[in-house]
Amino acid sequence: MSDTMNDSLATRSVTDQDWRKLVTHGTVTACALIFIALSNMPVALDDFDLIADRFTLGDLSLYWLLLVIGLVVGKEVVLEGMATHAKGARDVVSGAIAGIVAGAGLSLLVILINNFELRDPLVNWSPQTLEKLSVGGSILSGVLLWLVIGGVLGAIGGAMHVLPSRIRQLVIVAAMTVLLVAILETVLSDISESFGLEPLADIVYAKRGGLTIVGVLIIAAAAAAYSWWGHAPVKDAKQRFQALEGPERARGNFIAFAIVGALTLVLPMLVGGIVNELLANVGLFVLLALGLNIVVGLAGILDLGYVAFFAVGGYTTAILTSANRGDSWPDWVPQTNWFVALLIVVVFAALTGLFIGAPVIRMRGDYLAIVTLGFGEIIRLLFLSDWLGGYTGGAQGVTNIRGVNIFGLATVRGTDPQAVFYLVAVFCVLAIYVSWRLEHSRLGRAWMAIREDESVAEAMGINTVNTKLMAFVVGAVLASFSGAIFAAKVGSVFPTSFIILVSIVILVVVIVGGMGNIAGVIAGAVVLIGVLGGPRQPGLLQEFSNFKLLIYGALLIWMMLKRPEGLIPNVRRTRELHQEEFLQDAWLKGEIDTGDEPDDMGEVAPV
Amino acid sequence: MTTATRHKSARRTGVDWFLFFLKFAMFSVIGFGLFAFTLQQIDPNNWLAQQINDDATGLTADQFEGLVIAGLSQGSMYGLIALGYSMVYGVLGFINFAHGEVFMVGAMTGMITSNKLAEAGAWESNFVPSLLFIVVLAILVSTFTAVVMERVAYRPLRGAPRLIPLITSIGISFFIQNVSVVLLGPGAKSYPDLPSWWTETQSIWFLDVQRTRLLVVLVAGVSMAVLWYLVERTKTGKAMRAVAEDKEIASLMGINVNRIIVTTFAIGGAMAGVAGILWGVMFRSVVATTGFLPGIKAFSAAVVGGIGNLGGAMAGGISIGSAESIAPLIILEPLGVNGASQLRDAVAFAVLILVLLVKPTGLFGERLSSEDRA
Repeated sequence: MSDTMNDSLATRSVTDQDWRKLVTHGTVTACALIFIALSNMPVALDDFDLIADRFTLGDLSLYWLLLVIGLVVGKEVVLEGMATHAKGARDVVSGAIAGIVAGAGLSLLVILINNFELRDPLVNWSPQTLEKLSVGGSILSGVLLWLVIGGVLGAIGGAMHVLPSRIRQLVIVAAMTVLLVAILETVLSDISESFGLEPLADIVYAKRGGLTIVGVLIIAAAAAAYSWWGHAPVKDAKQRFQALEGPERARGNFIAFAIVGALTLVLPMLVGGIVNELLANVGLFVLLALGLNIVVGLAGILDLGYVAFFAVGGYTTAILTSANRGDSWPDWVPQTNWFVALLIVVVFAALTGLFIGAPVIRMRGDYLAIVTLGFGEIIRLLFLSDWLGGYTGGAQGVTNIRGVNIFGLATVRGTDPQAVFYLVAVFCVLAIYVSWRLEHSRLGRAWMAIREDESVAEAMGINTVNTKLMAFVVGAVLASFSGAIFAAKVGSVFPTSFIILVSIVILVVVIVGGMGNIAGVIAGAVVLIGVLGGPRQPGLLQEFSNFKLLIYGALLIWMMLKRPEGLIPNVRRTRELHQEEFLQDAWLKGEIDTGDEPDDMGEVAPV
Repeated sequence: MTTATRHKSARRTGVDWFLFFLKFAMFSVIGFGLFAFTLQQIDPNNWLAQQINDDATGLTADQFEGLVIAGLSQGSMYGLIALGYSMVYGVLGFINFAHGEVFMVGAMTGMITSNKLAEAGAWESNFVPSLLFIVVLAILVSTFTAVVMERVAYRPLRGAPRLIPLITSIGISFFIQNVSVVLLGPGAKSYPDLPSWWTETQSIWFLDVQRTRLLVVLVAGVSMAVLWYLVERTKTGKAMRAVAEDKEIASLMGINVNRIIVTTFAIGGAMAGVAGILWGVMFRSVVATTGFLPGIKAFSAAVVGGIGNLGGAMAGGISIGSAESIAPLIILEPLGVNGASQLRDAVAFAVLILVLLVKPTGLFGERLSSEDRA
């Protein structure tokens, strides 16, 4: 809403509050805060300094909700044709009230922890939590402090509505940039080191982690300056780029792709071992997510047993290249080259895809999900069982897997994450190319048609069974690549690496990133796996390892409720998911006829 | 499109042949396994039996009895959980994947309260009232969880494309599991010891049954009877069936559809709460992931019995429970699969796959509204 519009709107007085809304929102937030406090997040994340010695991720875990609640209660549902109100002091006050109610939840918790002993069921009902919540001071000061903090942060949140939109944007951009720079400390300081910019890094980052005050100011100023002066030209350029058509657009896309590709190639050289390890993990998950994207995003088949193909890839590679062998094999140990093994892996994965796909392909979408999940679990149980244990090593898994020998030039194994990353990157590029070409091919269009309406697709002459099976097979092969690299990287495979959790995490990556969109899926993997970590792999924020699955679950719910098309959506998919809204809009604009106009009625009536 | 709706005269494709082969293979494994089992039962040392599996010893009557009873008690628990899946699927037409977690929440509630009661000494001295108390509490907490779940996550999604609520429910399942991990810790937590009278065996007729298992079967039976009365004989039940048949017309008839849906979730949650306590009493140990596999198996049970069909859910639960308990030892073991009982989970899934291949509408027929049947 622009500023000029506000002038003509009625302002509400400070006392004109929707009390019920404030109290319910405040109470819900209070419950959420109590949950966060009891989940040990504030204490566990306290080791990660955002601003050195002053503000940690643990603090942020408690404060952010108070800000958000202040922002949310000031929001007004804008309905077509209904009058809205001007924003003013009233919104600041309502933010503050909601914030106080929410903060009161933590005050209550402080009192409760101080007076009752509930450590038996609730493991984090501990003195550490109490100390963190009372901010080092006495109990009374802790209780009062949360009311004050709640009020202040809620008011700030509410005040965001009052600010002119440009200033608001500036504040948000500055805050987010500071947060981002603080979180990416490991990566950024590695990069600045390799460019010889250590002095700059020393100014921005404190020695023991976290930004310095000077650093915060510099970054905030830079971000604010960008937001104030740089934003419009960039937006302009983006619009001009999007307006391009035909060969020019294609050339632009190619240049953008080349730049991103070049950066990806250079990045591992600039950063240290830890970040390279992260990049390698991200690459493995990008490969998996691209595969699942074909199955879920393009063909619309919800495959929850996707980890099965990852497992088949991993185990096949392991058995073919390992120097060890299970008791049940004949004396001969193949110990093949990884690339030879890869050929066999592809065949095996495709066969598994057919084997799992064929029985489930005609089931209803939701039955299919459960049955594939069952298959995923069956495959893991078989690898784990005594029955096949002679071949697959059972719970001990297959160890001593040789690295990837690249034509005698180099050996890629887990000790050299940079090499692993490049290997993964090659396969990722292959997967991107395949996904991209498939999406615009006859097969890809058939998948999308099936996703939209299977019966119609069949009526249009698409062989739905074979087409869906192809999606299974392509997805399976991509996942098996990931499995093969995983086996070579880790050097051993165990059944515990292939639990159902992996399937779900990949699903979260695909959904958060944007189903059906290649860039979205890659972004999803980078953000989620890179920052929070994979099912067993730590991410950039290692402190999050106990909470990442919780966050994944919450993200999945939130995305489905608010933005089912993902962060970087596929245009077509968005239209499908919001079909009703699109239809409604079109109907409001009079673009479509609804079928119950007098003409139609006239035809129907005599019958 | 399900196989059932395809025209009989349609040309057989490669997939059809594969499915035919798969069904044939599964039935021949079952048949051959049973044949081998029978041979080994007659005499483990005869030539044919030794050809199939020379380690086979056969089962004694006691062992067999134990398997059947374990299967029955486990199965009635699956049946109780399956009721929730079946009812929600009947009314809303989607799989509430998080229902297993409602069951876990019930088991956790029971664990916490029973331990508190044991500390206070009430668990030993007044076992039956304490048990009733934790059952009621677990029912309340589970019902609350299920209702909140419906309100927060499923109601806004009504009318969304089919897979959206399913994916949401996966998210909820994942979320609740991890809430339990961060609040209560990741380790396994145990129920207090039962009074010794309950762990002894009771002989009824010709069976010797451990009393806890008897309790499980009895409670499951009683719950089922109560539920049956509720759905088939009360006004709310009639409204539920109407909503399951057609939501729009039900609302035109003056039924408050939202309230009926909440009731459905609540009843399913209550049943899961009961099942949670029974789980705790029987296995005396719960973890955050306790709800996951039983949940999926219970869903399989609902499908096996015919989704939307309450009696079918119970029967399906008992079938799945018995199959996973008995089948590894009378089908797989005689065929020379060593460590066959490790494969019990795989057997449960195999039963689901087999039923969906042979009779996708379940053994006792599904009851769904016309729009969900498509």
